[in-house]
Amino acid sequence: MYAFTYHKPTSARQAATLLLKKEDSKLIAGGHTLLPTMKQRLAAPSALIDLGACPDLKGIVRKGRNVVIGAMTTHAEVAASPEVQEAIPALAYLAGHIGDPHVRHRGTIGGSVANNDPAADYPSALLALGATVVTNKRKLLAEEFFTGLYETALEEGEIVTRVSFPVASRAGYAKFRNPASRYAMVGVFVAKRGGEVRVAVTGAGEGGVFRWPEAEAALKMRFAPKSLEGLKHTAEGINGDMHADPEYRAHLIGVMAKQAVAQAIGK
Amino acid sequence: MSATGIGAAVRRKEDHRFITGQGRYTDDVNRPGQAHAYFLRSPHAHATISGIDTGAAASMPGVLGIFTGADLAADKIGGLICGWMIHNKDGSPMRAGAHPALAQGKVRYVGDHVAVVVAETLAQAKDAAEAIVVDYQELPAVVDTATAAGAGTVIHDEAPDNTVFNWHLGDKAATDKAFAGAAHVTRLDLVNNRLVPNAMEPRAAVGDYDAGDGVFTLFTTSQNPHVARLVLSAFIGIAPENKLRVIAPDVGGGFGSKIFIYAEETVCVWAAKKVGRPVKWTADRTEAFLSDAHGRDHVTHAELATDGDGRILGLKVHTKANLGAYLSTFSSSVPTYLYAPLLSGQYNIPAIYCEVDAVYTNTAPVDAYRGAGRPEATFVIERLMEVTARQLGKDPAKFRMQNYIRSFPHQTPVIMMYDAGNYGASMKKALEMIDYKGFGKRKRDSARSGKLRGIGFSSYIEACGIAPSAAVGSLGAGVGLWESAEVRVNPVGTVEVLTGSHSHGQGHETTFAQLVSDRLGIPIDNVSIIHGDTDKVQMGMGTYGSRSGAVGMSAIFKAIDKVIAKGKKVAAHVLEADEADIDFADGHFSVKGTDRKLDFGSCALQAYVAHKFNGQELEPGLKEGAFYDPTNFTFPAGVHICELEIDPQTGVTRIERWAAVDDFGNIINPMIVEGQVHGGIAQGVGQALLEGARYDAEGQLVTASFMDYCMPRADDLPSFDVGMTVTPCPSNPLGIKGCGEAGAIASPPAVINAITDALGHEDIAMPATPQAVWRAAQKSISRLAAE
Repeated sequence: MYAFTYHKPTSARQAATLLLKKEDSKLIAGGHTLLPTMKQRLAAPSALIDLGACPDLKGIVRKGRNVVIGAMTTHAEVAASPEVQEAIPALAYLAGHIGDPHVRHRGTIGGSVANNDPAADYPSALLALGATVVTNKRKLLAEEFFTGLYETALEEGEIVTRVSFPVASRAGYAKFRNPASRYAMVGVFVAKRGGEVRVAVTGAGEGGVFRWPEAEAALKMRFAPKSLEGLKHTAEGINGDMHADPEYRAHLIGVMAKQAVAQAIGK
Repeated sequence: MSATGIGAAVRRKEDHRFITGQGRYTDDVNRPGQAHAYFLRSPHAHATISGIDTGAAASMPGVLGIFTGADLAADKIGGLICGWMIHNKDGSPMRAGAHPALAQGKVRYVGDHVAVVVAETLAQAKDAAEAIVVDYQELPAVVDTATAAGAGTVIHDEAPDNTVFNWHLGDKAATDKAFAGAAHVTRLDLVNNRLVPNAMEPRAAVGDYDAGDGVFTLFTTSQNPHVARLVLSAFIGIAPENKLRVIAPDVGGGFGSKIFIYAEETVCVWAAKKVGRPVKWTADRTEAFLSDAHGRDHVTHAELATDGDGRILGLKVHTKANLGAYLSTFSSSVPTYLYAPLLSGQYNIPAIYCEVDAVYTNTAPVDAYRGAGRPEATFVIERLMEVTARQLGKDPAKFRMQNYIRSFPHQTPVIMMYDAGNYGASMKKALEMIDYKGFGKRKRDSARSGKLRGIGFSSYIEACGIAPSAAVGSLGAGVGLWESAEVRVNPVGTVEVLTGSHSHGQGHETTFAQLVSDRLGIPIDNVSIIHGDTDKVQMGMGTYGSRSGAVGMSAIFKAIDKVIAKGKKVAAHVLEADEADIDFADGHFSVKGTDRKLDFGSCALQAYVAHKFNGQELEPGLKEGAFYDPTNFTFPAGVHICELEIDPQTGVTRIERWAAVDDFGNIINPMIVEGQVHGGIAQGVGQALLEGARYDAEGQLVTASFMDYCMPRADDLPSFDVGMTVTPCPSNPLGIKGCGEAGAIASPPAVINAITDALGHEDIAMPATPQAVWRAAQKSISRLAAE
């Protein structure tokens, strides 16, 4: 790790000011990606702005047809939240299965979506549920927010402040973990809201999280695992590595999608 | 049996210290004025170095010294050694390349040591290392075990075709003849995957030099501190043995990887004198992946010949073994004398012939890792047994039993003289424990839910308690493999045992104390076990090869015999009786046929006050030492059966049942033994399903972190059903065989035999990851569809 200055603002506004003022600065939320990278000397920000003391970035509230989660809310808090468990149980389930207990008690939803790791769980939930990412400057739909591998629409000085999830009538999440890292090798989040069905896939795409339109169309006809039978995702555009080549990953998308639907309908 | 004696499941005495964070590991050692070392490592797998410019780095803040191979050479510090000489088929010695602690003009694997920076802080040392300019000329990398020989790129000039040796064992003519008369021959191509040891505690070293008395002290993560001192003194030339103290304090796991003498501790202890400050280095996890000696890495073709009744006639094995970029301390012994002599397994095999070609590659050195050669041998013979049974249409359990050795001693065609065993008893018990009869129903039940269920056997044998010295010496070992003990009785009867064994997780502080408590009839808390410090403990050989029970405890046993003998002399004086009339039992010396007796503590006091005898008749004191050199290896053996279920949709394999029946001879502490079995199976399952070190074509280790190198976790494993059979070992006084490696030796073939049983074909390699199993299961499904 190289030397850096450390700042601990007490509001999102202060954090945003610091972020613009301090050259080559980085925000730190849970730090589970940034700190290991810094320890390996692969990242060397000259200033770290810790969001851990900003109360306006924390908390979970139900607002009408939405569940709104503050950016600095940990995965463990989301998993244990009665509001989330009642409104979108699949989201609580997803949060409760990220990483391990250490990660879940440090990692935050804002950190996860801002980092947009292609193997992170949350992006699939945001995309499938049609969530809105709220920043200190604007509101972005998930599909506008996630722009590529580790890439988002965030601009300089922009901070994710909360994520607003519309409540779905049915939702489910299933993932196949990488045997070593236990990140999602393939994660599929399915959500049914009114007449709309969305199937979002994480872990598998060369460009990060994506939707599977054929599965969405099939599930729109009938929201049941059987509707996905015989449906195969193409291996085109799918990631390959030593743990799973594109063909195997593409196959797992189908298997996980069925499991997610089964979970959504309580089977 | 007393509550703390031999055979009792005594809770580990050392665990309170460990689980409350009060262990004292090498990284916990901090010396006054300590500086920190950072090793600049090669980013290239293979390159020549035409220059190293340390000028800018040397003037950076906090830097105390930067050293390269040239500095070591100038101080006449020798290279690292390989302590086991192997001869080629033609009798010529193996071709060993030089192994400098810091590179001399060439680097040979990613992670190879180029220079060391010693600085006030680790961060400063890292900063300075980044400022060192190394002029590399990259060379093509040789990484593949099967094709390294004659690859066109030469790694060591001493081995022009990258071959370290072409070695063989057994009778080729007799084996060829056996095959010529065979009714059936089974042929298999097998890869024994390369593993990274991953002890929980990474390697570390603190070197110190006392200019006042000219003594070096090295704290190091070693399984054998005396051997480290011997090598650092006699071969590398740091200092004479009496001027070098090596301390291996608490060590957090080794699995073999901490037997060896590495570049880092060599450099740290030497550099302490150069900079006039203690020098500390602790590996980070990436360094551990890159530079700890790896394990296994064999490519093998094997054939088994049987007659018309299913009796084995002969075995032929040709193995290519990857030894990495340099010969590590005992690397050459692993694919030779620790491997081929175990190929007979538990079976009557009249003729065996094994050839081994060992190669250099641009990868980390490969050396002994839990089991060392024996897991590789067991994988070969147990895969062959299972596949042969299938090809002959025989039940794999019955086929094994048909070929078991039944009379002992048994001389195999490959050196070993098996001394005792009852293989059928272990098989019978294991079949009952796993409910073999019910397997068919369970398989049908699995099939109904779309799952493939399989069962696999491993009827392993291993040779451990590594010794005797004369035998290993005749096979090329540079050292003797006995063990030492000193039993020091204090004046009030408490006891210190100084052992040459070294505990790094095995629980010696408990089991060794149980032996002493049992034999001397004193409370276990009155016994302390001291190990790991060359200034305290007499020369010893250390812990590896499951030898501490069979060899280390036998040395203690012998020393206790001497203590009791001396105690009888003291008691005879005190009790005013003839020495021949003194008995010792239950902690008391007594005069035969009388009620006169003296407890052990009082006897000790009398020995030290020496009031009841004069010094001409009897020396005062009560302290005895012993060196124990056994008469044979020991031969633990057993049967492990694995039952598992495959989800053909995802390729996920779940182990559903595991029956392990081991014959470890007599057992000191069954709880600790069971723990060793659990840990060994976990590592073997890791090899079979999860773990595999992989280098890319450029020689970069692509599995250099836990993100990609998959270690077994608790939820990957079932609850193990562990049973024992006992045939005492005849070659040591305690009848102990050793248990540390058995699980890791037994388990890989059990898992792969079960997977191939479930799949219905043999086409799967280790590690059988979900991806590999999914692909293999697709093949099974399309075959079934074709039928």
